[in-house]
Amino acid sequence: MSADFLYGIEVLINGLMAGVLYALVALGFVLIYKASGIFNYAQGVMALFGALTLTGIMSGQVPFAHLINATFGTHIHNFGWNVPALGAIALTLVVMVCFAWMVQKFVFRHLVGQEPIILFMATIGLAYFLEGMGDLMWGSDIKKLDVGLPQGGSRWVEDITAGLGGDDFYGFFIDKLDMVATLVAAILVISLVMFSQYTKQGRAMRAVADDHQAALSVGISLNYIWILVWSLAGLVALVAGIMWGAKSGVQFSLSLIALKALPVLMLGGFTSIPGAIVGGLIIGVGEKLFEYLIGAPFLGGATENWFAYVLALIFLVFRPQGLFGEKIIERV
Amino acid sequence: MKCKLIAAAVAGTLAAGPALADLVIPDLSYRTGPYAAGGTPFSDGYQDYFNLLNARDGGIGGEPIRVIECETGYNTEKGVECYESTKGEGALIYQPLSTGITYQLIPKATVDQIPLHTMGYGRTSAANGEVFNWVFNYPANYWDAASVMVNYLLEENGGSLEGKTLALLYHNSAYGKEPIRTLEDLSKLHGFELKQLAVDHPGQEQKSQWLQIRRERPDYVLMWGWGVMNQVAVQEAANINFPMENFIGNWWAGAEHDVTPAGEAANGYKSLNMNRVSDLPVFGEIKSLVHDAGNAAGDGSNLGSVLYTRGMYAAMLASEAIANAQEISGVSDITAAQMREGMATLNITNARMEELGMAAIGPEFSVSCQDHGGNGLGIVQQWNAIDKTWVALTDYIAPDDSVTGPLIKEDSAAFAAENNITPGCL
Repeated sequence: MSADFLYGIEVLINGLMAGVLYALVALGFVLIYKASGIFNYAQGVMALFGALTLTGIMSGQVPFAHLINATFGTHIHNFGWNVPALGAIALTLVVMVCFAWMVQKFVFRHLVGQEPIILFMATIGLAYFLEGMGDLMWGSDIKKLDVGLPQGGSRWVEDITAGLGGDDFYGFFIDKLDMVATLVAAILVISLVMFSQYTKQGRAMRAVADDHQAALSVGISLNYIWILVWSLAGLVALVAGIMWGAKSGVQFSLSLIALKALPVLMLGGFTSIPGAIVGGLIIGVGEKLFEYLIGAPFLGGATENWFAYVLALIFLVFRPQGLFGEKIIERV
Repeated sequence: MKCKLIAAAVAGTLAAGPALADLVIPDLSYRTGPYAAGGTPFSDGYQDYFNLLNARDGGIGGEPIRVIECETGYNTEKGVECYESTKGEGALIYQPLSTGITYQLIPKATVDQIPLHTMGYGRTSAANGEVFNWVFNYPANYWDAASVMVNYLLEENGGSLEGKTLALLYHNSAYGKEPIRTLEDLSKLHGFELKQLAVDHPGQEQKSQWLQIRRERPDYVLMWGWGVMNQVAVQEAANINFPMENFIGNWWAGAEHDVTPAGEAANGYKSLNMNRVSDLPVFGEIKSLVHDAGNAAGDGSNLGSVLYTRGMYAAMLASEAIANAQEISGVSDITAAQMREGMATLNITNARMEELGMAAIGPEFSVSCQDHGGNGLGIVQQWNAIDKTWVALTDYIAPDDSVTGPLIKEDSAAFAAENNITPGCL
């Protein structure tokens, strides 16, 4: 096999893994949209906030330290302890659940029955509020996130594949972090599907997604279900924040990963968990292969951001509801 | 009661209005958003130095300094809004810390006759003072940086880069594209191959670029990055096992936060710097007279870092220009036009830097009506991940003026023709 062909395969594998990371972000959007019809603009910022909170808890940082010091003239920054990664993740989840409760209690409970555009605008406000709150609580400096995830290319894969394409082929490069992310995403998706299929709360969630008025009439508490859904979206956001934050450190540009999820949603549909996964994989592979075959050699590179949207638009033209979205039927 | 409230409000407004005798320095900062990690330490250093002068000397020449901070979020539109909202306060100088904002402010500041100082960023050809009368980019610019990098590599390779491959990994923006012309000319001159790899904003995802680097195995990777692009690039370089000592960032890709997220894997990464990072005596004064007095611009944690030092250096250059302008004009309460004169005749010497408690923070240089760019010197520093410090590897390296000079002349002439400017000194 020629080295060029093998490098194409390498790009494809890495595209699949990048797609998994995009899908992780898209999953959070799907969960909330499916259950409440809200396009949650704040999903990217939730990933940032989750990762900020996690690093803050792990390093024993005092939340709002800057504000406290400025107000009271103190010089406190740290509690003086470190929390192990698993404990910190559990505590962060508690924070995300509290956030979900507050969002429901103070924002969306008061907006029941409003137009979708109003709900969307509310999530824009929520995004900016959460970003400011994250800054105020934990500061804007870049934080190293070390929860024990492996980094770097897999030497084992590289060694056993080196030479397959002659001296010009250096073996497949596969990032260990991407492999872990793929595994985690698979576990997350299977867990979410099992939860929604086989638990009482999951069935209630699906009932609300199908018809919330009918669900209400059989005694399902919308309030509870929406808190549950926002909590699950918080969990997904935290996982996405950990995976992306491990690559770049936890910093405010993490919120922009939401931009990577939009073409995935356009392609996979806003209401399908498998759609988010398949959409993510198609976008990841499509943009990476386009960059490898056309973008870098002929167009000067940096084509991935716009090509993902072009790909999504092409799918939209032929299937507006996305690959796995529910068919839109308007009866007149 | 109502009348009293109105009177109190009016009195309060008057009291809060601009004190006309102040030396007004707007600080177009960005402490929020994706680039906050770079904007915050620079702004802290910039403001803390002015606060030190106020606390220690009562300002400059007896005039207190009033810093007006305006948050841009590194957003060009917001930067322009900040400029418009602060210029009426009697602003003496703008330091936007953004190439995008700089490009928008060049025509505005020229019309308003307020000097812009774009230190090591912005429009490179602004070094030609006869075309860009109101813009200064001393002590060095992007084309200097590109040339300094190549000169350093020439030194490393026994004076020849013939047959070598250099990859330029750049932020796909006006900023990132700035060095391309210089590097293209230098590649012809020195016989190396230049490969260009663009990274889209913000740079969170660079897998394609690094797979390409792994495939093509360039001898060196030069980086023009900012924000998250830097941290991801350093991590990706470590992932593919690229030799860190062959990976060199420009001076906006060489702060502590650019390398710390990658941990020990970042060990050996190199970058340029336009100012030295060391334990300067002035930091002690800032600590005791500004931070301990509760007047720090930030939380004090950035003191002494690369970008804090650079922000402080920028403030020092501004304050020296103010003092120079005061001396030339004979008045302490100078105008923006007098400030421009102070900048155009600025002379920074080693003796003066030592006197200010920041010995050798930058190279000696002087500015003239024709040359607003300084001498373009830069050092190469290397990250020691164990000690978490930047170690200077070289003394100040000079750029190749025979390459950058004609490019500056050509680009500024094109700008002058487009804007009907007749080159000349004011």
